[in-house]
Amino acid sequence: MSLYYVQKFLYQLNRDEALQEQYDADRRGVLTGYELTDEEVEALVAPDIGLLFHLGVNGQILMHFAALHQIEWTDYLQRMGDGIAKHGPVREGVYAMTGYEGVGEA
Amino acid sequence: MALVYAGVCSHAPGITGRADQADPDVRDGLYAAFHRMREDIEASGAEALIVVAAEHFANFFMDNMPSFAIGLADFYDGPIEDAQWLGIDKFCAPGNRDLSQRIIVEVMQTSDVAYAEEWKFDHGIAVPLHFLTPSFDMPIIPANINCQGPPLTPLHRSWAFGESLRRAADAVPEKIAIVGTGGISHWPATPDSGKINEAWDRDFLDRWCRNDRDALLAYDDLTVYADAGQGGFEIRTFICISAAAAGAPGTVHFCEPIPIFAVSCTIASYDL
Repeated sequence: MSLYYVQKFLYQLNRDEALQEQYDADRRGVLTGYELTDEEVEALVAPDIGLLFHLGVNGQILMHFAALHQIEWTDYLQRMGDGIAKHGPVREGVYAMTGYEGVGEA
Repeated sequence: MALVYAGVCSHAPGITGRADQADPDVRDGLYAAFHRMREDIEASGAEALIVVAAEHFANFFMDNMPSFAIGLADFYDGPIEDAQWLGIDKFCAPGNRDLSQRIIVEVMQTSDVAYAEEWKFDHGIAVPLHFLTPSFDMPIIPANINCQGPPLTPLHRSWAFGESLRRAADAVPEKIAIVGTGGISHWPATPDSGKINEAWDRDFLDRWCRNDRDALLAYDDLTVYADAGQGGFEIRTFICISAAAAGAPGTVHFCEPIPIFAVSCTIASYDL
């Protein structure tokens, strides 16, 4: 997996209105050039917020991406929780590094 | 001339984006505290405002992540977020490139800092400015501490950065205000958003008000994560302001947990 490039794409998308227009027009096409697995591509195209969170995308990056898709706040939180329930604990990144499993416990 | 104001405030996007979902009495108390902070900054005679932020991947990414950065531009666009989602319209905030450069050159004498001639504000700066300079009539100098992408900036370096900013503010002829923005305990943008450790927040703010360097630097990231969530990493901005205040005592003007805003919303300042 290539969490770095998933997050790099989202970082660039979140701050670049021109890239957002390209993403709207051709979600799959804008991902060429990023080293992504098929799973990651599908998650970004769908978009599958729960899977992206499970893969380890930082919530601050994911939050902006969800806002871009007009996903309402409680729905956004629910999708992340559903992703953990469906796919398991966060695989990689800051949450995995610190033991976070998204299970609502300190 | 001198640093004339030093304070801290919360910057959670819900403060503006989900305002209608909070308890109106508590929310309005927060807004009133923000307005008093604006009045205090104006009364200080400040001619520019340094905002020490914990930005959230709006400008800096893990391809080239600076521990510290300061903006070097005459204008800054924001917010990067969807305007309706954040509840803040797109804006262009004034900077002051000349002043930024003088600040940066002085900070560089004692702290290694990146500079940025482009900087897009996210909610971390946009929400505070929404209350503190609603007319965008005060030049902003954005500064950032890496609180998001590990390896994070060490706490003691955040303190040193605050000392560097104080020296720089005191070295320029303009009157400077400085505001740190961040959360205390919180688990933002995760399924645990809304969880708040009030006891931890009170203890942190007690250390902050005493401006107790040793107590503030006694935290470590794993413990902070366990007790205060990944949002707790943003205490770096508060600690930076403590150092900039150079031993002055602090006062908490407002601190209430507002779960829909995902944090204990806080307004505090130092008596310089």
